[in-house]
Amino acid sequence: MSEPLLRVSGLTKKFGGITAVNDVSFHVNDNEIVAIIGPNGAGKTTLFNMITGVTPPTSGDIFLRGEKINHLQVHDLARKGISRTFQNLQIFHNMTVLENVMLGSHIKLKTGILGAAFNRLLVHREDRIAYEMAEEALEKVGLKDRMYDIAGELSYGLQKMLEVARAIVSSPPLLLLDEPMAGLNDGESARLSSLLLELKKQGFTLLFVEHDMKTVMRIAERIVVINFGNKIADGPPEAIKRDPQVIAAYLGEEDY
Amino acid sequence: MRGLHIPGYSSYKALYFLIPLLIILPILFPSNYMISVFTQIGIFSIVTLGLVLLMGYAGQISLGHAAFMGIGAYSSAILTVTYGMPVWLGIVLGMLISAAIAYIVGSQTLKLREHFLALATLGFNIIVYIVLVGYGELTKGASGFLGIPKFQLFGFALTKEIHYYILIWVIVLLLAIISLNIVNSHIGRVLRGIHDSEIATQSLGVNIARYKLNIFVISAVYASLAGSLYAHYINFIAPATFNISTSIELLLMVAVGGSQPIWGALIGSTIVISLSEFITPLLTKALGAKSEVKIVLFGALLILVMMYIPKGFVSLLKYLVPAKKQKYSGLATTNKTEK
Repeated sequence: MSEPLLRVSGLTKKFGGITAVNDVSFHVNDNEIVAIIGPNGAGKTTLFNMITGVTPPTSGDIFLRGEKINHLQVHDLARKGISRTFQNLQIFHNMTVLENVMLGSHIKLKTGILGAAFNRLLVHREDRIAYEMAEEALEKVGLKDRMYDIAGELSYGLQKMLEVARAIVSSPPLLLLDEPMAGLNDGESARLSSLLLELKKQGFTLLFVEHDMKTVMRIAERIVVINFGNKIADGPPEAIKRDPQVIAAYLGEEDY
Repeated sequence: MRGLHIPGYSSYKALYFLIPLLIILPILFPSNYMISVFTQIGIFSIVTLGLVLLMGYAGQISLGHAAFMGIGAYSSAILTVTYGMPVWLGIVLGMLISAAIAYIVGSQTLKLREHFLALATLGFNIIVYIVLVGYGELTKGASGFLGIPKFQLFGFALTKEIHYYILIWVIVLLLAIISLNIVNSHIGRVLRGIHDSEIATQSLGVNIARYKLNIFVISAVYASLAGSLYAHYINFIAPATFNISTSIELLLMVAVGGSQPIWGALIGSTIVISLSEFITPLLTKALGAKSEVKIVLFGALLILVMMYIPKGFVSLLKYLVPAKKQKYSGLATTNKTEK
């Protein structure tokens, strides 16, 4: 068996005396949809931040197709093919929808500051590339007819879709989503769920942290459950639903 | 545009209006005094054209750019007078020195966020001022540096006010085109991205530290060039010109003029310098006050602009030009509504 797309091995994060994530290992295969769930304070966000390069792990390693990536900076991860969205939306409010997504094609472009200042042919060529890529991504998320609107003026649900478009425009193999359904109403989250399933069909691999169990059970192929910083289960949704440890730790608190 | 409509780009069309205006102004106001005011506006526009990239686009506040003007001016003065170099070489070396210093200062301070960057650059400005005053053997200290040569162009000495007016405004226009080219590209989006959300920009693969540093260096080079031109134009410089009060005036110019599109740099310089040249003397006389009137005036201006036109006077330009965007927003309203 070849290396999985993403492999996390013995990942641990300590904040002072508190162990937020303790020796967590799991992997994500190509073209799989994996969800990380867990009660509040379980360490999901810390785990996510370590994978996205925001927080350095105390110990343990992260491998992208066998290559160790835990010492890379945030901007290097994008070049390696990891793209992400944010829990509390991080769109560029003052830019149009189109420009938001065009900026997402950064790693595909070569224009430097001097190139921009003196080589207009290069700028025109790359603008066209970025524009066409953005147009395609916006088409996918259904925002093409809003491309000239200011991003900050879109509804919250559409801003989430915009963030997804921006994340997929450079066709990264691995897409990380931090609570994609947070703040969405039922209709919006249903639409986003179908979009994520559609992205899988197009070849993307998705790893997401989520609270909304309905979405997780609907779209995840495999679920990793974290509680008090430890991984307590890892398997397909049906198995997770029946796992007594998971029920005790998490599902038991509410009715699903 | 060639079929591609990319919003957020500044128009070059303002040049069609600006160039005739620059030709007419010295004809309408031929006095040496008026031309010297226009030249001064040009010199400050050079600095603010760099600052709009740094502050308006990338969102990094500097309170130290007068120091880079000073470094440029003193490099020019020392290299041409003390070391007998040609004027152009002094200017170019001054720009290189400023770039190197900006690189060193920037690589340390740009890690700081928001107000801390402003404070660090303020501190840098104070250090440069102290060096200019204190290192008298080289800079001739607080009394100032005299006898800086006039500009030479192809063996031709520029002596008249109008020569400098032309020289400086040609440079302003060239730099404006360079700044426009930079913002009208992917780089412009990167810079605005840094302004809106550093973490999002970073996660798209942008090495934001490098971009911030490069823009800081470019804006310092613009300021250095302006300082050098100032030195050869006035032929006398003193440290006080390059103290923090000038940095604050530069900030005021950018805030009042606005920065998107970049023409705000020229508008801001024009407003602030016109106020200090034309209105301040009148007010001073009318109120029987001292020169502090200028500070009060600037303070009031800043408050009013922040309250009523937070994006600066340049943002009013869109009311003069019929919006091209209209047809697109028309499209936008017809689409399916969410929620």
